[in-house]
Amino acid sequence: MSGAKFDWSAAGEVLPMLLRGFEITLLATVLGFLVGAVLGLLIAIARRAPTRFVTAPVRGLMEFIRSTPLLVQLVGAATVFSSVDPLVIGIIVLGIHYATYTSEVYRAGIDGVPKGQWEASRALSLSPVRTWRAVVLPQAVRNVLPALGNYAISMFKETPFLAVITVQEMVFEARKYGADHFAYTEAFTLAGLIFLVASYPTSLLMRKLEKRLGH
Amino acid sequence: MATDPLHKTTAESTAGAGRPAGTVPHQKSGTPIVHFDQVEKRYGDHLVLDKLDFEVKRGEHVTLIGPSGSGKTTILRLLMTLERLSGGVIWVDGEPLSHTRKPDGSLRAATEKELRESRRKIGMVFQQFNLFPNMNVLRNITEAPITVLGVERAEAESRARELLELVGLGDKVNAHPTQLSGGQQQRVAIARALAMRPEILLLDEVTSALDPELVAGVLDLLRQIAHDTDITMLCVTHEMNFARDVSDQVLMFDSGRIVEQGTPEKIFTDPEHKRTREFLNAVL
Repeated sequence: MSGAKFDWSAAGEVLPMLLRGFEITLLATVLGFLVGAVLGLLIAIARRAPTRFVTAPVRGLMEFIRSTPLLVQLVGAATVFSSVDPLVIGIIVLGIHYATYTSEVYRAGIDGVPKGQWEASRALSLSPVRTWRAVVLPQAVRNVLPALGNYAISMFKETPFLAVITVQEMVFEARKYGADHFAYTEAFTLAGLIFLVASYPTSLLMRKLEKRLGH
Repeated sequence: MATDPLHKTTAESTAGAGRPAGTVPHQKSGTPIVHFDQVEKRYGDHLVLDKLDFEVKRGEHVTLIGPSGSGKTTILRLLMTLERLSGGVIWVDGEPLSHTRKPDGSLRAATEKELRESRRKIGMVFQQFNLFPNMNVLRNITEAPITVLGVERAEAESRARELLELVGLGDKVNAHPTQLSGGQQQRVAIARALAMRPEILLLDEVTSALDPELVAGVLDLLRQIAHDTDITMLCVTHEMNFARDVSDQVLMFDSGRIVEQGTPEKIFTDPEHKRTREFLNAVL
């Protein structure tokens, strides 16, 4: 059953479990990315605040999160908030971790909005909120959609880390089946294929989007 | 640019095109709507405006001319509060634009929020149009009236349509800025500025980025606005014929100072200052 030979019956047995795990993987990706995308935007805006009392702490926090491994953050958060559902912790930690990266993406997008757009907004007396919401962000976000999409894909591929804090996503299921039946090859090969099948078309889609937006 | 346009200018002006010299600024009396009071602007060590003093009366059309880098555009940007003063005070309608009166009567620099209040009476049209590319033409014009002035959407839209008719783009209501020519974009930008019913309209080299064949149309529109409305206008322009046609007062700048000011008849036909003569000879 092990090693060199691929056991098709084991594969058939593990597939439904993997797909169930995949639902959790997708859920964690979608929700985690939502957190990351929204929080990243808030960070990007906060970093342009006119006062250091806002920009300095935000910057410090970002550096801290980016300088520590995702795995350590996951285990740390799961330990501190041991009463919270691991999936919830996973989603939030993934989201916060990725927010530090998406915020850079947004920042580039915001910097890419011409100065004249800000000046025209001021000349029309638009409020800061309106300037951001109606003028700057629509242009900035449009410019960075492909880059955001790429982060979504890379986050998708990092969800297996959640297995470490006992979230029953796909790789968790694969490992469990592998251990119970000593069929790691089948379980992990299939898990890998599922990842491939899901992310490759998505990245093609992103490339298409990039082209359409004229990057 | 050779001598021919210059001759034309001289001939037309001496033929008395428009108003008798020296009378116009006095026709529009009352307190100045704009008063630059010892205004200074520096970027680092570079002095852009040097203790600048001048007044604009309500309804007056003032043209700022002079070589590039002489500080003309900076004046408009200071008025629009896109830049902060380094010194002095700008008074608009008797109130300090970039300052706030403290209870004891002294002045302090205005906060961002106060600036937003005081810039409401001022509108600006930019060299690069700066339309919002993510909005269609109609929304470019209605966005500020609705969200800043609190005008009802229906009312804002019907006014926007009127303004688009005025600028000759009644059929472009739903177009996007990227679908328009430079001249059309600038017309929309003018309509957008007018939609806020500004008392003061700032025009910053509004035809400089346009293809030559589109310049005349935009200038004609501005002539019409200057003629039909009582909006106070400050224009920075290199279009000397336009300056001569619409201005009540021309300010000639060099190196951050006004070297000469007067009626267009005076400035364009009989400039007193050598620097003005050199400049006009170069551009006309």
